[in-house]
Amino acid sequence: MFKDAAQVLNLAMIVIPLLLIAGIYCILVTRNLIRIIIGLEILTKAVTLLLVVAGYATGELALTQALVITLIIIEVVIMVVAAGIIINVSRLNNSLDVRKLDKMKG
Amino acid sequence: MTIYIILLVLLTLASLWAVIKGSLVKSAITLAVVSVILSIIMFKLDSPLAAVFELSVCAGLITVIFMSTISLTKPMTPFEAKISYTDRVKRYWRLPVILVIAAIVLIKLDIKWDKYLMKQSPAISTEKVITCHGEEEAVELDTQHEGKDVRHIMWNKRRIDILGQVIVLLVGVFAVVVLFKYSPDNLSDPEIKEEKNV
Repeated sequence: MFKDAAQVLNLAMIVIPLLLIAGIYCILVTRNLIRIIIGLEILTKAVTLLLVVAGYATGELALTQALVITLIIIEVVIMVVAAGIIINVSRLNNSLDVRKLDKMKG
Repeated sequence: MTIYIILLVLLTLASLWAVIKGSLVKSAITLAVVSVILSIIMFKLDSPLAAVFELSVCAGLITVIFMSTISLTKPMTPFEAKISYTDRVKRYWRLPVILVIAAIVLIKLDIKWDKYLMKQSPAISTEKVITCHGEEEAVELDTQHEGKDVRHIMWNKRRIDILGQVIVLLVGVFAVVVLFKYSPDNLSDPEIKEEKNV
């Protein structure tokens, strides 16, 4: 266990909720498809920081690093697939506005 | 300790900037800056391997994906951009206020997370062995080193994770192939037909 671990943990636990709020607000309020992914990315950053700080505080650095690497790989795949979907949607609708995605509307 | 405070404040400000900035390109670049700051924090917190992954993949590859996506989609006209700006200011002015209030509340609450999350140092495990002189001797087991090596964790304790990562990557590759597949059926769509004729 590290000397300053408790202080770092308490400090990070103030910043992590702020990042989560920023990400959730971005996803809820925006109407742009690319900005939704940016919000998702910020949420993932908050979770990554939480994992690393938890590993530092508990001394399980190797385990948390392995989990962070897994998280990053999943994040990349999600981003690539979401980007592909956005490009196809923008080609079909000529817009990135979520309000214009009404082709399935009955 | 000061360096952590500076880095964490910068991380929050960069995230806020990425969310509220109007231009998507600038938002994507700010997101890369967020990843760089997070990498520095990870490096300072003794997680160098995860920091390298974060720096190369999140700050590099994901920014390239964002830039490609922004380039391949239709940009807004100046009129649309003007309307979008006023609309965005109306929707996003609350976020900095909410963040400031949340930060003040969290600082005032002053929750001691270390009491809940941090565990005591594990007792040193020993094993009795018989020496060459026929006497019993307690020997410390190397459990600490075993738990601190990332390679050991990844290849022995979390090998299912690696299998999962490979499967997820393959699924991603197939998803991209399907998404960008050329299909003759697209020609039946009148809009695409017009585009082809032009």
